[in-house]
Amino acid sequence: MKQCKDLKVVAVEYPSDGYVLLKLTDDMPFTDIRGGQFVEIKVEGSPKTFLRRPISVNYVDLEKNELHLLIQLVGDGTRALSELKVGDSLNVLFPLGNGFTQGTAGEKVLLVGGGVGIAPLLEYGRQLVEAKAVPVFLLGGRSSKNLIMLDQYKSIGEVYVTTEDGSMGNKGFVTDSDVLKESSAVKFDRISVCGPKPMMVAVAKFAKQRGIKCEVSLENMMACGLGACLCCVEKTVRGNVCVCKEGPVFDVNDLNW
Amino acid sequence: MSDISVNIAGLKMKNPVMTASGTFGYGLEFADLVNLEDIGGIIVKGTTLNPREGNDYPRMAETPYGMLNCVGLQNKGVDYFCKNIYPQIKDIKTNMIVNVSGSCPEDYAECAAKINDLENIPAIELNISCPNVRQGGMAFGVTTDGASQVVRAVREAYKKTLIVKLSPNVTSISDIARSVEDAGADAVSLINTLMGMSIDIERRKPRLSIKTGGLSGPAIRPVAVRCVYQVSKAVNIPIIGLGGIMTAEDAIEFFMAGANAIEIGTGNFIDPAISVKVAEGINSWLDAHGCKSLNEIVGVID
Ligand SMILES: Cc1cc2nc3c(=O)[nH]c(=O)nc-3n(C[C@H](O)[C@H](O)[C@H](O)COP(=O)(O)OP(=O)(O)OC[C@H]3O[C@@H](n4cnc5c(N)ncnc54)[C@H](O)[C@@H]3O)c2cc1C
Ligand SMILES: Cc1cc2nc3c(=O)[nH]c(=O)nc-3n(C[C@H](O)[C@H](O)[C@H](O)COP(=O)(O)O)c2cc1C
Ligand code: FES
Repeated sequence: MKQCKDLKVVAVEYPSDGYVLLKLTDDMPFTDIRGGQFVEIKVEGSPKTFLRRPISVNYVDLEKNELHLLIQLVGDGTRALSELKVGDSLNVLFPLGNGFTQGTAGEKVLLVGGGVGIAPLLEYGRQLVEAKAVPVFLLGGRSSKNLIMLDQYKSIGEVYVTTEDGSMGNKGFVTDSDVLKESSAVKFDRISVCGPKPMMVAVAKFAKQRGIKCEVSLENMMACGLGACLCCVEKTVRGNVCVCKEGPVFDVNDLNW
Repeated sequence: MSDISVNIAGLKMKNPVMTASGTFGYGLEFADLVNLEDIGGIIVKGTTLNPREGNDYPRMAETPYGMLNCVGLQNKGVDYFCKNIYPQIKDIKTNMIVNVSGSCPEDYAECAAKINDLENIPAIELNISCPNVRQGGMAFGVTTDGASQVVRAVREAYKKTLIVKLSPNVTSISDIARSVEDAGADAVSLINTLMGMSIDIERRKPRLSIKTGGLSGPAIRPVAVRCVYQVSKAVNIPIIGLGGIMTAEDAIEFFMAGANAIEIGTGNFIDPAISVKVAEGINSWLDAHGCKSLNEIVGVID
């Protein structure tokens, strides 16, 4: 069930330059949130920010009942979020969207993330482990500075990285990673991707060529987040559909890519 | 508790707050977040005779205190609505109103006639003003002849409460209002979005796929209040005011300008329960100001 309520900020961390990690809590437990789902945040204190801002669920800490959001500071809205203080409240509409495919025991899933697109993969990886599936992360960034929170990812599954400048892992794009070399790629039952569009397109192409099931998480501009306004549509084989409701995760075969 | 129930040309509402077309889906999308039956009326998505795919993405751009949209009336057509959606919404205990669009008077009339047969739809709102459809609404909404032509055709076919929604993108909204009143409209609602444009200067490209779109939200409120005021001096039928309403105080402004009821559109994106909060706020405001009923403040500006 969707809710719109004030959550309490319990931690504001800065994992790297240009990012903020918000940890939120509530009296009610954060159950029924699927990896890949997102929230819509009402931003206060930024006159330029009128609409809510969609942000993926980065992690749900069930023990502490915390909802984590990893946010890259790209404009006024996200910058205002980075100035929140512990004890502030934040109005959040959640959980929204469909989320990634739920895991089944024994399957091996490659989670590919680029930039801040790595955010939802942490919670998804956690849920895959919970379902006794095996997540393997492939995370790409411009340089090692952009690859943040790697320890958290490593605590959940094997992690491969690529950087465009070669400062960490394989040099190049995610598609240049050793883990996608012919011999190793065939091990994966499916691939889930979240990141910049060119990256998702490249991974989708790779997966299609090898007949591996692949899903991608889209970031279309949103207004309502509820499937009501039809602003966020993506062209699919079923016509224009709302990314906020029928997505943000789509099977690549459903997209006109 | 003041009396905030209203009667708009036979349409009985427990409170004067409705949700605006295109911003509240079919109501169902908000069912987890607000008690739909506490809303005075729900005006569902723009519906056309034939299915429409709408415009390409991007369809939305945020602007100062508002947004532009060029959704372009994406909907699955009236037959799909009657068969698949109506059964899901017909038992929601509030006024479920269908917003009707078209590209020629015959289409409007045929669409309206099909909705006339749906027992639990007590009214339609005729969108003669959507700025997004190249050969559609705009052409009718901007001339007195065009507007009255469409309203006359629909009036023949539609027997229940007929609300006509007016565009602010005209030289004289009073003239258009008078012509739709003469053509048989039971009430008018205003305003629809204001035509606008926004450019991404780095990419040197418009932010919307079809370049221009409709502006909504608090940015347009003063224009909307002015339109309601002018129309209230021009016609005798009830007026439903909308445009940028976010709070009860905003709504009171519309009542004072001459509106008998209001709608909330873009505000639903910021707070999904805004309609009910505004209805409660209107009540409190009237109480605090010693008013026994909403009527005491409607049209107090001379
Ligand atoms: C489903 C979804 C999940 C997302 N998850 C995350 C996440 O986990 N972490 C993260 O850092 N970012 C995420 N984003 C992107 C994030 O929403 C934008 O970066 C943010 O809205 C920018 O707001 P701003 O005011 O700081 O920037 P602005 O100055 O408003 O815009 C900067 C850029 O951000 C993008 N943007 C702005 N508004 C929106 C909007 N309403 N919808 C989508 N994109 C927008 C545009 O590309 C714009 O050019 C997600 C987006 C979507 C749609
Ligand atoms: C995304 C979006 C879609 C809309 N679709 C319709 C529509 O289908 N038919 C219509 O008559 N008005 C439509 N409108 C206009 C609104 O109903 C309303 O007239 C306008 O947004 C002004 O009110 P507001 O400022 O409260 O949003 C739409 C507005 C938005 C923002
Ligand atoms: S953002 Fe409104 S339908 Fe997706």
